[in-house]
Amino acid sequence: MTARYRRRRLVERLMFGATIAAAATTLGVLVFILGYLAYQGATSLSLDFFTRLPAPVGETGGGMANAIVGTGKLLATAAAIGIPIGFTGGIWLAEYGAGTLAAAVRYAADVLNGVPSIVIGVIVYALLVVPVGHFSTLAGGVALGVMMVPVAIRATEDFLRLVPDALREASLALGAPRWVTIVRVVIPAGLRGIVAGLVLALARVAGETAPLLFTALNNRYWSPGWSEPTASLPVMIFTYAISPYEDWHRQAWTAGLVLLVLVLGANVLARAVLRRGMAMR
Amino acid sequence: MRIVLLMLVGVLAAAVPGRAAVLVNGAGATFPYPIYSKWFDEFHKRNPDVQINYQSIGSGGGIRQVTEGTVDFGASDGPMTDEQLAQTKVPILHFPTVLGAVVPTYNLPGSPRLRLSGDVLAGIFLGRITQWNDPAIVAENPDVTLPAEPIVPVHRSDGSGTTYVFVDYLTKVSAEWAKSVGTGTAVSWPVGLGGKGNEGVSGLVKQTSNALGYVELIYAVQNELPYADVRNAAGRWVRASLDSVTAAAAAASADMPADFRVSITNPPAADAYPIASFTWLLVPSRIPDQAKGTAIKQFLEWMLGDGQSFAKALGYAPLPETVVALERRALARVAVGAP
Amino acid sequence: MESPETTVAGDRAAGLRLRFGAAFAGRAARGTTAPVARRVLPPAQARRRAGAIGDPLFHTVSLAFALSVLGLAAVVGVVLWRWSAASRAAFGWSFLATSTWDPVFSRFGALPFVWGTLATSAIALAIAIPLGVGAAICLAELVPRSTGDALAFLVELLVAVPSVIYGLVGLFVLVPLVRTAGGAVARALGSVPLFAGPVYGIGLLTAGLLLAFMTVPFIVAISREVLLAVPETQRDAALALGATRWETVRHAVLPYARTGILGSVFLALARALGETMAVTMVIGNRPEIAASLFAPAHTMAAVLANEFSEAAGDLYLSALMEIALVLFGITIVVNAGARLLIARVRAPAGAPA
Repeated sequence: MTARYRRRRLVERLMFGATIAAAATTLGVLVFILGYLAYQGATSLSLDFFTRLPAPVGETGGGMANAIVGTGKLLATAAAIGIPIGFTGGIWLAEYGAGTLAAAVRYAADVLNGVPSIVIGVIVYALLVVPVGHFSTLAGGVALGVMMVPVAIRATEDFLRLVPDALREASLALGAPRWVTIVRVVIPAGLRGIVAGLVLALARVAGETAPLLFTALNNRYWSPGWSEPTASLPVMIFTYAISPYEDWHRQAWTAGLVLLVLVLGANVLARAVLRRGMAMR
Repeated sequence: MRIVLLMLVGVLAAAVPGRAAVLVNGAGATFPYPIYSKWFDEFHKRNPDVQINYQSIGSGGGIRQVTEGTVDFGASDGPMTDEQLAQTKVPILHFPTVLGAVVPTYNLPGSPRLRLSGDVLAGIFLGRITQWNDPAIVAENPDVTLPAEPIVPVHRSDGSGTTYVFVDYLTKVSAEWAKSVGTGTAVSWPVGLGGKGNEGVSGLVKQTSNALGYVELIYAVQNELPYADVRNAAGRWVRASLDSVTAAAAAASADMPADFRVSITNPPAADAYPIASFTWLLVPSRIPDQAKGTAIKQFLEWMLGDGQSFAKALGYAPLPETVVALERRALARVAVGAP
Repeated sequence: MESPETTVAGDRAAGLRLRFGAAFAGRAARGTTAPVARRVLPPAQARRRAGAIGDPLFHTVSLAFALSVLGLAAVVGVVLWRWSAASRAAFGWSFLATSTWDPVFSRFGALPFVWGTLATSAIALAIAIPLGVGAAICLAELVPRSTGDALAFLVELLVAVPSVIYGLVGLFVLVPLVRTAGGAVARALGSVPLFAGPVYGIGLLTAGLLLAFMTVPFIVAISREVLLAVPETQRDAALALGATRWETVRHAVLPYARTGILGSVFLALARALGETMAVTMVIGNRPEIAASLFAPAHTMAAVLANEFSEAAGDLYLSALMEIALVLFGITIVVNAGARLLIARVRAPAGAPA
């Protein structure tokens, strides 16, 4: 072994050591965030949190029941808007899209994807809050739905493209019209991946705070229907975290834990579904 | 997926209240948030059909949102200017609710009780006085050992009536401040960190050593933060309290303008606290929705009566009797229902 | 912003297309299967009638939804453009060069926010790129495949953590950490402008660090996939020539993966630029340009979050909308760059650049 070779081996060991440190740091951060959140959040986890409304300022106790339901309603609205547009648009891109129009649609989806969520909130405020005259769950849901569209359209297009053309050709060869082929053959074949993608899109907007600040605002009470402001987990976390009250800080941690479990749970579920689907190919 | 959807529907169905409740939305000042939050809660207990949802987004937000008409009422500690009033769709009425004090609060080891005059405060927020043991501060606090540490000024990052009261006072006591910074709900701060809401500022002060911020009295008290005595126009060192705040309003309440817009900073009274203010609910002069309008008027009636008894416990001074009487008469100016 | 899973799926799609041949890709793109059906089948009136109305209807409906995406993007641009008109008229291009932000005297300039946005993103990338690429190399080259898959899965979970939770952890953990550690650094190196000034714990550095942790997972996940996609032949050739494993990675694998890694960096940048909540909780919200890492700052997204709901006065609101427009413009450009780069990775790869 020459000295030169030994130096090269040393460099190798150093550099690989550095990469291992990098990987350890990255994973360490993840473990730390999850662990710290679990620790802080679990200490104030109680039935009250899930069943009671927020207490007046400065008083302890109370919970975030309305925020949990609010998040659920917002996500339902977002899904109602983001999924139809994204899914159907993705079908068009995958099955009919060609040329500049398809490229333009894809670019528009990218543009929408890149718009910071706060700007989306500002736009929806300008279009759906001011003219209507009040903050609303609907406006919040629309803002989140618009954010879902790019991810949904991408997921749908990608997974539909993965379906082998042989399936399409076989169906058409049997005499099925184009649209029946798409609806009855292609979509079911790609459904697993599409659903996983849509769940991921939903999980992503579940954690968004900024667009809700000017659309759904916040609510001390239950918010019936869709035309009143509503509390939501991310906004409550933000409001409580920047406040000076210890009790609110504790509740913020617990809310963070609930939100994280929700989001990560959806992610893990979606990926598990995806991997099973991929393995079956 | 289907199961999730079913669960969602079930939860949503449960969320709809059984009885038709009147839902009123208001937003604005963080200054009176503790008392408003208590009031709306107590009013709801007495009138279960009425839910008043108040969000503390800052006075600037209260003014803007009531101007746009996106909330049923606003709240601000800085009265609306003539220009702002000119921009509203419906004329907006000011109803004073309580009196509060803005106190300079700080984070120093040992939490000493300090005296900070208007000049010193202006100097700190102008960036001229940068150290805690600056001669100007030491001169006013001879018995306190002040650390040789830089001061961390904390101000509001959002549009704030608390800011308005504070800079209104600084404008009156410091010519330099009046010239370079001026008055408003949002100003261009020469130095300092920005916190969102009274909550954000008290949170920052609490967590940052050597910080100095300005908050409404109750925020300092609830968070066990020390606050300074301030020198008033009569030259006496006054500590913010119910009495000193009430004294500050005495002159103004004798001479209250019809629209209730008045500033009571730096009054001449001997035992007045110089950085005090009324805080107002901004109510449109016409509320088209019958139920909401009635609910708001009922709340205002209650607030002027039984509601005032909650103020003291939270560190706010109740309204002077003369002002209450004037407001009761002014309530008639709020028209309810379609024109 | 892009999530790695859909990019990964896209890469897999590209792979499939490559494997099955250009014929399938072409045909799917052209959508010319209808004539085949009519030629091959016996005339079936009922079926053709169903196809006759069903097909165009389905096509139109799906086209309409696809066009609505174009519409949405256009709406965003139009609203921002119109609502910022007053400010653009009042300040012109100097808006981007002025650093006053004075609502009292209605003088507005976006420079402090642009600076804050770019500075925090630069700090974030300076930390995230070495960390991310390094971790990706480790997870792709050093660790056995199955373990690597599991660990990469965990890293991808970091992508899903909502921003406000990063803000939460940042506010209560990172800020005190920076205050104590930074305090020591400031005492030692206080004369250097970069480390001058009091250390509040809240400031440019903290925000940059937090952004770094938020963007590292993008870089790790995508870079790992890209590294794994480099053909084994490259590595074999390098090893056969006597290179050490590190030299293989450095000279044979990384150049091949360079475009994809760069794409992931752009994606990370796009996220960092638009990040609002976590940043506003730890940056100090002070519209001022200072040289020190420990100074508080402000970003375009954060000022919108703080001041939008209360901007009274038309010029104030218009100025904020102009900031939103600038932010929008910057993120479009960066996103377009990311897409271009990642698209080049998907195309059949030629020799490393």
